[in-house]
Amino acid sequence: MKKFFNMKKIIGFMLVATMMFGLSACGTKKAKVDEKVTDTREQTQTPEATQTPAETNTDAAALAGTVSITGSTSVEKILMDMISDFTAYNPDVTINYTGTGSSAGIADAMNGSNDIGASSRNLKSEETGLEQVEFAYDGIAVVLHPSNKVADLTMDQILKIYSGEITNWSEVGGKDAKIIVVSRESASGTRGAFEELTGLKDVGLVESATVVEGNGNVQATVAGNENAIGYVSFSFINDTVKAVTVDGVKATPENAKAGTYVLSRPFLLVYNKDTVTPEAKAFLDYVVTEDAQTFVEDHGGIRID
Amino acid sequence: MNNANKEKIVAKRQKDYKEKVFHFIFLVSALVSVLSVIAIIVFVFSKGLKPFFGEGAYSFFDFITGLKWDPGNDVYGIFYMIVGSVLATLGAIVLGVPIGLLTAVFIAEIAPKKIVAIIRPAIELLAGIPSVIYGAFGLGVIVQLIKKVSPTGQGESLLAVICVLAIMILPTIITLSESSLRAVPKSYREASYGLGASKIQTIFKTVVPAAKSGILSATVLGIGRAIGETMAVMMIAGNNIGGLPNSIWSKIRPLTSNISMEMSYASGRHQDMLFATGVVLFIFILVINTVLIRLTGKMGDEGSKK
Repeated sequence: MKKFFNMKKIIGFMLVATMMFGLSACGTKKAKVDEKVTDTREQTQTPEATQTPAETNTDAAALAGTVSITGSTSVEKILMDMISDFTAYNPDVTINYTGTGSSAGIADAMNGSNDIGASSRNLKSEETGLEQVEFAYDGIAVVLHPSNKVADLTMDQILKIYSGEITNWSEVGGKDAKIIVVSRESASGTRGAFEELTGLKDVGLVESATVVEGNGNVQATVAGNENAIGYVSFSFINDTVKAVTVDGVKATPENAKAGTYVLSRPFLLVYNKDTVTPEAKAFLDYVVTEDAQTFVEDHGGIRID
Repeated sequence: MNNANKEKIVAKRQKDYKEKVFHFIFLVSALVSVLSVIAIIVFVFSKGLKPFFGEGAYSFFDFITGLKWDPGNDVYGIFYMIVGSVLATLGAIVLGVPIGLLTAVFIAEIAPKKIVAIIRPAIELLAGIPSVIYGAFGLGVIVQLIKKVSPTGQGESLLAVICVLAIMILPTIITLSESSLRAVPKSYREASYGLGASKIQTIFKTVVPAAKSGILSATVLGIGRAIGETMAVMMIAGNNIGGLPNSIWSKIRPLTSNISMEMSYASGRHQDMLFATGVVLFIFILVINTVLIRLTGKMGDEGSKK
C-alpha cells in the first residue's frame, strides 16, 4: 500500500514537473528568439557602420521625422524590407508606405502630398518636374521545355497563349501539340507584373491554365512537360528550361535595364528636388547601397549594378 | 487510539487533496484540446464570414456557386473547387478502401507470419512519410505516367490526385480494418467452418460483416485525411482558376490547396475569402464526420444486437 502511494507521488511529481518544464520551456524559447533577433541586428549593424559612406552616417545621427511613401504595390516587399532596415539604423525616422498604385504615387509626388512616390514603370512624358532614383529592375522570362523548337514569341503571341486564343504550338511555329499554359498563384508579384506587362490583366487568364505556387514549381512543371509554357523571374532560368526571346530580344538583365526586353520594368522612387526633406533624401541615398540592394535580390529583382 | 484516528483522518485528507490535484491536471489536459477547437472555430469563422457582411459585401451565393476564382478582378467562386475536392476524395475512397480492406484481410486472416513481418513495417513506413514527399513522388512519377496516356497531354489531373490520395489513406484503412478484423471472436470463424464454409466464404460472409463498424470508421478517417490533405495535392492537382472538372483528366483545384497557395501573399478581402474557403472546408469535415459517426454508431449497435 505504502509503495503504491509512493508510486503515485512519483508519477504525480513527474507529471507536474513535465508540465512546468513545458511551460517554462515556452517562456525561455521566446526569450531566446528575442535575443537572437537583437543579436543579429547588432551583428549586422557593426559591419554596416563600416560599409556605408561616412556622409550617410553623420546624416543618420541627426535624422528625425516622418517620410511618407505612396505608390506601386509591386515594390512593396522590397521596399518594406528596406524601410525596416533603414529605420533600424535611424530610429527617429518613421517611414510610412501605402500601396496605391504607380500612377497615384507619381501624382502624389507631383502635387506634393507625399515625400516619395514609388513606381514600377517609367515616368510618362506628361509626368514632369520629378527626380527619379532607379533602385531595381524586374524581369520576367517566358520559358519552354528545352525540346520545344519555338525560340521566339512576340508579346501579342504570349498574350494570346495566356488568354486562350492560341492553343496549339503549330500556330506559333512549333509542332502540332496542345499548349500547356502554366501560371502562378493569383497573389504572386511575378504574375501581377506579367499580367500587367502583357496586358493579360484586362483579358484574363485562360481558365484551363495550370496554376502552381512559386517560381521553382513553374520551372519544374515546364521542365517536366514538353508542351508547357511558363514564366519565371530571371533568377530561375537554368538548363532545365529554355527562355525564349521576346520580340527578338534575349531575356538578360542587361536588356531589361536597357529597356529593350519588353517583359521588364524599372522600380523607381520619384521625388521633388525642391521640397525633398533630409530624411527622405537619406532614404533615397540608402536604396542604392549594397545593403539595400541585397533585399532586391531576396525578392527576385535585378540589382541596379 | 485517538491519535491513530487522527492520523487516519489526516491521511484521508491528504488523499483527497491529491485526488483533487489530479482531477485538476486531467481537466486542464482535456481542456487544451477543447479550447483549441473553440479558438480555431472562432478565429476561422470570424475572419471567413467577414466578406459577406457589411458594406460592399460579397454575395455568399456567388461565392458558393461561382465557377471562377480570380482575386485580381474581385471574383471569388469556389463551387468548382468543392466539386474537385469531393470527386478527389470519392475517387480515393473507391480506389483505396477495397485495396486497404483486402490488405487488412490478408494480414489478419491469410498471410503467414513471415510475410506479415514484411508487409506491416512497410505499411507503418507509408503512414510516416511526410505529405510533401508524396507530392514529390506524385509529380515525379504519377504525373509523368498520366501525361503519357492523357488526352490533354498533361499529367496534373484529378486522376493524379486520386492515385496519390488513395496511397496516402491506405495505412489508415489497413491498420484500423485489421484491428477490427482481429477483434472478431474466434467462435464466429469456428461456427462458420463448422457449417462447412470455406476460408474465403468465412472471411467475406462472417468476419468482414462482423467487423463492418470498424471498417466504416476506417473509411471515415480515410475521408478526413483525403479531403484535408494539402501539400501533396497542391503539387499535382493543376489548380486551374475556373471551370468544373469533366473527366478524370481534368485539372482540379482542391479547397485546401486554394488556401495554402495564396495565403502567404494575400491581403484584405482576398485573405478573408481564403478564410471563407477554410470555413467551407471546416463545415464539410464536420458534416462528413457527423454523418459517418452516426452511421458507424448505428451499425455498431446492430452488430452488438446480433
